[in-house]
Amino acid sequence: MDALTTLRSRTVVLPIRDIDTDQIIPARFLTTTTRDGLGAALFHDLRFDKDGSERAEFPLNDPASRNCDILVAGNNFGCGSSREHAPWALLDYGFRAVISTEFADIFQNNSLKNGLLPIIVDIDTHAWLCANPGAELRVDVVASQLTLPDGRIVEYPIDAFARYCLTQGIDQLGYLRNQADAIARFEETRPWKP
Amino acid sequence: MPDARTLLEKVWAEHVVVPETADTPAVLYIDLHLIHEVTTPQAFALLRERGLAVRRPDLTLATMDHSTPTTPAASFRDLAVVGEGAANQIRQMEENCRDFGIELYGFGSEQRGIVHVIGPELGASQPGKTIVCGDSHTSTHGAFGALAFGIGTTEVGHVLATQCLLQRKPKSLAVDVGGRLAPGVTAKDVILAIIGKIGVDGGTGHVIEYRGNAIRTLDMEGRMTICNMSIEAGARAGLIGPDETTFEFLAGRPRVPCGEAWDEALRRWRGLCSDEAAQFDRTVTIDASVLQPMVTFGTNPGMVVGVNDPVPEANDASFRKALDYMKVTPGKPMSENAVDVVFVGSCTNGRLSDLEQAAGILRGRKVADGVRMLVVPGSQQVKRRAEELGLHRVFIEAGAEWRESGCSMCLGMNGDTVASGQLSVSTSNRNFEGRQGIGARTVLASPATAAASAVMGRVADPRNLT
Repeated sequence: MDALTTLRSRTVVLPIRDIDTDQIIPARFLTTTTRDGLGAALFHDLRFDKDGSERAEFPLNDPASRNCDILVAGNNFGCGSSREHAPWALLDYGFRAVISTEFADIFQNNSLKNGLLPIIVDIDTHAWLCANPGAELRVDVVASQLTLPDGRIVEYPIDAFARYCLTQGIDQLGYLRNQADAIARFEETRPWKP
Repeated sequence: MPDARTLLEKVWAEHVVVPETADTPAVLYIDLHLIHEVTTPQAFALLRERGLAVRRPDLTLATMDHSTPTTPAASFRDLAVVGEGAANQIRQMEENCRDFGIELYGFGSEQRGIVHVIGPELGASQPGKTIVCGDSHTSTHGAFGALAFGIGTTEVGHVLATQCLLQRKPKSLAVDVGGRLAPGVTAKDVILAIIGKIGVDGGTGHVIEYRGNAIRTLDMEGRMTICNMSIEAGARAGLIGPDETTFEFLAGRPRVPCGEAWDEALRRWRGLCSDEAAQFDRTVTIDASVLQPMVTFGTNPGMVVGVNDPVPEANDASFRKALDYMKVTPGKPMSENAVDVVFVGSCTNGRLSDLEQAAGILRGRKVADGVRMLVVPGSQQVKRRAEELGLHRVFIEAGAEWRESGCSMCLGMNGDTVASGQLSVSTSNRNFEGRQGIGARTVLASPATAAASAVMGRVADPRNLT
């Protein structure tokens, strides 16, 4: 996982709430056995017509929105299925952060484990971001701060451990494997065995 | 009483290997890891890459359900897998289980089925366990008083390698369902009503414990339906305290302890309930006695109305987008809508009692002209039991298709899909845009409502057909 300490990007805005992981990447693309190339399937049925042509009205297809690292989406982004293909697809497409007022638990977990930063903001900041697509934002991941174009700084909540792993580029399996002694002790001493 | 604890707190405390701190999450031990073909290949690849073994293959249970075909076949081995991707995934699953020493209930196994159906069938899902799976509907197993939740593929790798997960303790939400269900109103209607009330993000960050008389009087299959859809309210998990109904269901199942070990397990399980004075972070109350059969009208499971009630008016852009997609009219009941496809099955409603419910409506009746009805048992065991009871004949004689087990049309990744623009009444769990096929319009309902809709050719109240 690449370390993520700062981000500077314009935003692309999808002002719809409850965008589920089936919309982020439909189930028919889940027969893959790798993590690669899923960006092509990102928001597939919203992004493309049946004949495969781009839907001009979909925000990601706006020429001004190409190469944005930050997606702004409506409340409860990433609800539904546990498919990690959702953050894999967002990352493969080029996003490094998603801003919303709330994220579904499993999606948020999956994102943090892959270096995609979920940023939770208050309703007013969110409303401003939705009204100003293409706004240039700075994100200081170490300080957990978002800077708006007018210089206003918005702090966002993030789990301390997740932030540490994100900014150091550490994957959590190594940390867990270092607990091997404690895990073995637990298995030996627990009062009942599964 | 300061020591009063919730069921969640009791199960959690028994599995903490390393306690959480402000800087680090808890290391939580996992008692049962369920795996399937779609969310594991990348996790096994990571293990191979790093030269790691599966720490506890004996606590890992594997099946194939998501991308598997359900078309009738003389034997599982004859099933025609749709698409090279799915075939490859199935091959890799067989290879991974063989190489890492994991027992696989694969093609050819009489016990194969949807992962959340076979766990309970085998008696592997037990009170007080921690259970995870790379699948959000793992919440199903909470019906046994287990802390069961869905995880992503990276976490699947963590559990395979260490049998543990890094977790923060979730908050607790008590949903008290009082009163008695009216005839024709089922567990599915209760959970749809709950999601309608608290919303699709009402449970975010929480584990829901379902309590109250209406929950206590449900059988285990109904309780599984309730817990299954906890994730549709955004909750990490659903829980129901185990009782005699639970123990009776488990007794004698293959993976349940027997003899003295059973007595000892029972003693432990009887202590698994929230203490009377236990404090929940939130509480929600529902009166089950006023509920009617529920159906969804929009594109998430929280957009739900009574089958005879009018569809609400749109109040914002997201709501309007959903109504446009569904082509339903505000102010009119869902029963105005003609049906193209009916699907009975899934980890929500693919168990024997669900099929009995649907067959009860279909017996001596016909699926309406122009309606395609698919009945997909949740497991091969459910299929055999249903056939012993002659339910398959009821379905076939009514004009429905009787299939092999699998996830099937719930998510349509095995070739069982709903065509664009068609309206499907489905006993599954998600009515998301495109969930059952590109452009498919899904109405979630109970097996009884689904069967009644198949007969009437429009969304229908099952109470008119009893």
